[in-house]
Amino acid sequence: MEIPYTVTARPDTGLWNAKVGIWLFLASEVMLFGGLFSAYIFLRLDAQPGYWPHGLLNVPVGTFNTAILIVSSVTVVLAWAALKMRQFVRYKVYMALTILCGIVFLVVKLGYEWPQKYDHFGAYIKPSALEKYEKYLGNKHLLAEGLAPRLEITGHLHNREALHDPNIKDYEVALDPVYTDPTNPQMDRPHFLYVPPTDKIGVIEKADVERATMFIPTHNTYFASYFTITGLHGLHVLAGVLVFIYMWLPASTRLYRQNPEHLANRVEVAGLFWHFVDLVWIFVFPLFYLL
Amino acid sequence: MNNPPDTAPIERETEHYAPQGHDVSKHVRGYLIVGGMLLFFTALTVFLSYVNFGTEKANVAVAVVVATIKAGLVAYIFMHLSAEKKLIYRILIFTGIFVLGLFWLTYLSWYDPIVR
Repeated sequence: MEIPYTVTARPDTGLWNAKVGIWLFLASEVMLFGGLFSAYIFLRLDAQPGYWPHGLLNVPVGTFNTAILIVSSVTVVLAWAALKMRQFVRYKVYMALTILCGIVFLVVKLGYEWPQKYDHFGAYIKPSALEKYEKYLGNKHLLAEGLAPRLEITGHLHNREALHDPNIKDYEVALDPVYTDPTNPQMDRPHFLYVPPTDKIGVIEKADVERATMFIPTHNTYFASYFTITGLHGLHVLAGVLVFIYMWLPASTRLYRQNPEHLANRVEVAGLFWHFVDLVWIFVFPLFYLL
Repeated sequence: MNNPPDTAPIERETEHYAPQGHDVSKHVRGYLIVGGMLLFFTALTVFLSYVNFGTEKANVAVAVVVATIKAGLVAYIFMHLSAEKKLIYRILIFTGIFVLGLFWLTYLSWYDPIVR
């Protein structure tokens, strides 16, 4: 049985069916991401001073991925336009570019950004021991400047076995630059370029630590929301890429020969989903990377 | 909207479409311009995040305003909301109301007058 209204408008709605379907689906997606953003706002507003990190993520990499998604949004709309103009070869080229952009985004996210987090360490110092680590934290300077205190020492964990071995009493951390020069006013605000941990080792006694983990979702509420939202967003990117790959395969050639407008409508619907994924990232980027 | 769905196959549906190539070709340039604007606003929001607007709230407000402009461009131009049928707008209006309600619930749970 042929599915009706894939090309022509249904008389009562004035739209072909898939268009209504995708918008209803996107409405549910708005609620899904709306709930997560709402949780983000709640957690952030309720975070005590010093517990919501700033400038932890790599801004140039995030900017690059934002640009990649924007370019892919342009190429997918150009792919649709090419179909409308019955330029099939152009359609295939623009669709291939869109797929490539989606894959680049995922590779940067899963191959670089996330692993970098798993490899980074942070130890929240007990309030009673903050004074002992003042040379790393510089909280008197921050207090004088009216800024939030530093409650955590971060960097590259040298003795990773210390995470699991109760006989090891200290964490040996190659400190992030801010902890080597904490009273320098230039360290008060995040840097644009990523600066790797220094070769200066800080020794933190486990007895002074409130909690310490690598930068994984359980590290703090910031990373819990970061991994949840970027993870769900990444799944959407993956889904979009898989759909686009299907629309690039020979099946699309067959459909184009049979009914080019049907293929154009399929691409439009998939494109609407893709633009929504871009739209979500437009909010994720400043909320997690910049603010 | 009250009619039962007509599931009968439509004869020669493939012939019903009117070629719109000419109309679409006029929009291609616009898509490229909007893409350029989105890249510009991305650079702008990164730059503005390093400008101190006095309070953290002010910086958040600036970033959200720029993001909303970008999202508006994507929705209005790329998602063709500049010229869509009424039904789509109706769906979106309801979505907007529900999502605002969701944010309002979050606000209520955060703003607890007994504890605060």
